[in-house]
Amino acid sequence: MTDQTQNAPRFGGMNTAAVAPWVIAAAFLLVMPFIFTSNSAITIMNQMSITIIFALSYNMLLGQGGMLSFGHAVYMGVGGFFCVHIMNMVEDGGLPLPLPLLPLFGGLFGLGLATIVGAFSTRKAGTVFAMISLGVGELIAACSVIVVAFFGGEEGVSGDRTYGLPVFGVEFLQQIEVYYLIAFWLMLSALLMYLFSRTPVGRMANAVRDNPERAEFLGYSARWVRFYSFCAAGFFAGIAGGLFAINYEILTEENLNLTQSGAILLITFLGGIGFFFGPILGAIVFTLLQTVLSLQTELWQLYLGALFVATVMYFPGGLAGLLMMHAPALRSGRAGRLVLPYIKTLGPALIGVLALAGLIEMTFHLRHASLGDHHMTLFWVDLDSHSLVPWLVFAAIMAAGFAVMRRNLPELLSAWHSANATGDRS
Amino acid sequence: MDLILVNLIDGLVTGLLLFMLSAGLTLIFSMMGVLNFAHASFYMLGAYFAYQISLFFGFWMGLLIAPVIVGVMGAGVERYGLRRVHQYGHVPELIFTFGLALLIEELVQFLWGKNQMPYAVPEVLHFTAFSIAGNSIPAYKIFMIFVSLAIFMALLFVLTRTRVGMIIQAALSYPKTVEALGHNVPLVFMGVFGVGTALAGVAGVIAGPVLGTFPGMAFLLGSIVFVTIVIGGLGSLWGALVASLLIGWLTTFAASYNVAFADILTWIGFTMPADLDDSMWRDLWTLTMPQIGPILPYLLMVLILVFRPHGLLGKREA
Repeated sequence: MTDQTQNAPRFGGMNTAAVAPWVIAAAFLLVMPFIFTSNSAITIMNQMSITIIFALSYNMLLGQGGMLSFGHAVYMGVGGFFCVHIMNMVEDGGLPLPLPLLPLFGGLFGLGLATIVGAFSTRKAGTVFAMISLGVGELIAACSVIVVAFFGGEEGVSGDRTYGLPVFGVEFLQQIEVYYLIAFWLMLSALLMYLFSRTPVGRMANAVRDNPERAEFLGYSARWVRFYSFCAAGFFAGIAGGLFAINYEILTEENLNLTQSGAILLITFLGGIGFFFGPILGAIVFTLLQTVLSLQTELWQLYLGALFVATVMYFPGGLAGLLMMHAPALRSGRAGRLVLPYIKTLGPALIGVLALAGLIEMTFHLRHASLGDHHMTLFWVDLDSHSLVPWLVFAAIMAAGFAVMRRNLPELLSAWHSANATGDRS
Repeated sequence: MDLILVNLIDGLVTGLLLFMLSAGLTLIFSMMGVLNFAHASFYMLGAYFAYQISLFFGFWMGLLIAPVIVGVMGAGVERYGLRRVHQYGHVPELIFTFGLALLIEELVQFLWGKNQMPYAVPEVLHFTAFSIAGNSIPAYKIFMIFVSLAIFMALLFVLTRTRVGMIIQAALSYPKTVEALGHNVPLVFMGVFGVGTALAGVAGVIAGPVLGTFPGMAFLLGSIVFVTIVIGGLGSLWGALVASLLIGWLTTFAASYNVAFADILTWIGFTMPADLDDSMWRDLWTLTMPQIGPILPYLLMVLILVFRPHGLLGKREA
């Protein structure tokens, strides 16, 4: 859990290097709908943006505060449920509230719930916090079936975003209008969350994460610092919930339960909890993987689970950590030496992994396809899962791929060392 | 009165089953400081392995072999997974076991599919042991009680009366000192992890036929097991026992007495609103005891954490 904040400019000296990523991101968000114009692409981008806000808010706890939560979906869900209810009240004519402001109320309700729960759950970090968050999360998720008036029971609650007051003539009938609304909130909340991590409270959250005892000796209450982070995370999760309510117009028990909380943990950790942009990366990659893989294979959750366990075991820095490992080599201008060894090692490894996935798919087909169904399509090739030939071919490709990777691995390692060596300017 | 007796037996079965899981979990926690999120997944693996073995060799071989396989797998997970992640700290360890739980559920779905397996009570135990005022108690429940009690006794004996148990107890509190005395503490850790997961496996083998063998069984029971050890006090074996029985009886009694909240509210002195659909408190009036039964353990846990943070019998602050 390293944090590259020593190099970041201070508040006063806001220079172009600090502003540039935000300007680029905003421009990117503006232009994206013109590049990917199809409706499904905009749907995916909406989902992605909501996930990014949610993942960033989760990382305020896990990455910046060192608090592992198994119930973060609750704050997003409850914020979303409140927003749907507000939407229905607007529809009934009781409230004059323009739709773009709705996520703010979601955030406030998320904040309210986080204040109540945080009052007793932030006493300790680590395992104890994780357990309490799990218990509270399960409690509220289980309540959703009981408190039907608020959570709508099994079928959830639904609303209609278009009945609100039109804002400058925009009624939010079309996906693209919703996209720009979400994009606006994404930029705003991401910026606010970044600035929060630069405030003294945000800095103290890092200190408390790394060494609560020393922070207490300096005179800070670790509990209060955790409490503030927790409340802020609840607020932004609520904003994500409000956007979810606007985008999907329905919330159910699925938005509250452990599966959802686990998914956001997975997304954030895959992206990398050590850097601010890690969860953003994780949300983008996860959403793309989800849409692409789930179309290709029924087993995508198995692959995702395996990827997650491998990440925890071998790359605890996640995707962002892997990328930032290359920063020293890039800065010294020796990253070019890594390109060829990477291709020579990772190329065969990728082929090996794909062949392994082929074997897994064939096993799955062998066990679960209906009787007499021997035919399957794998990597655009038609084959018979009950004959020996495809098995041998895939096993041979896998073995060859991994063998070549093993042979070329020392070359990559030495290239890595020479690219990162300090001192000698050879 | 008769119903109370039946419920007492039912609750005892649930409670002892919970205890078999929570005992291993709490031992592992007090030793390594890591909560094994995948503990209930090993319970599920036990049920599935036993089902697979029972297809070929019958139920009893399943009861013998499946826990051993699960225990070996658990030891392997500790040796090659957890020990590696341990260097990063407790939070990554917890994340690792969480990922493992996800992965095991997916693997089970991959191998056995999403449907419930036809894993059934063996023929020998398929009769009514005795009946209390018309409520028959199946022999399998009595068998479950005896297996759990036997395991509890054995565990207690090993932990308090044998040399191995002494070393384990010492390693719980002072691992460094025990290591300095020449004991292989990592091996002890691996052993405890293996035995703990094997216990979960036993629970799976005997619970599979009653509670159903399906991919969701791990997460269904898993969170209740965590609640149990938090209520009992993290690291306390006796606390785990008390909390398991408490939760077992609490949920059983809540499920079998159809007390409507409307009656209680009327008894207190509130009057029922004429038009329920318009009332804000509609849900409170229509609530019944069996409905809130499943959330009682979580409610109890939140209360315990607020008012008695180290659990019922725990010594360390939770």
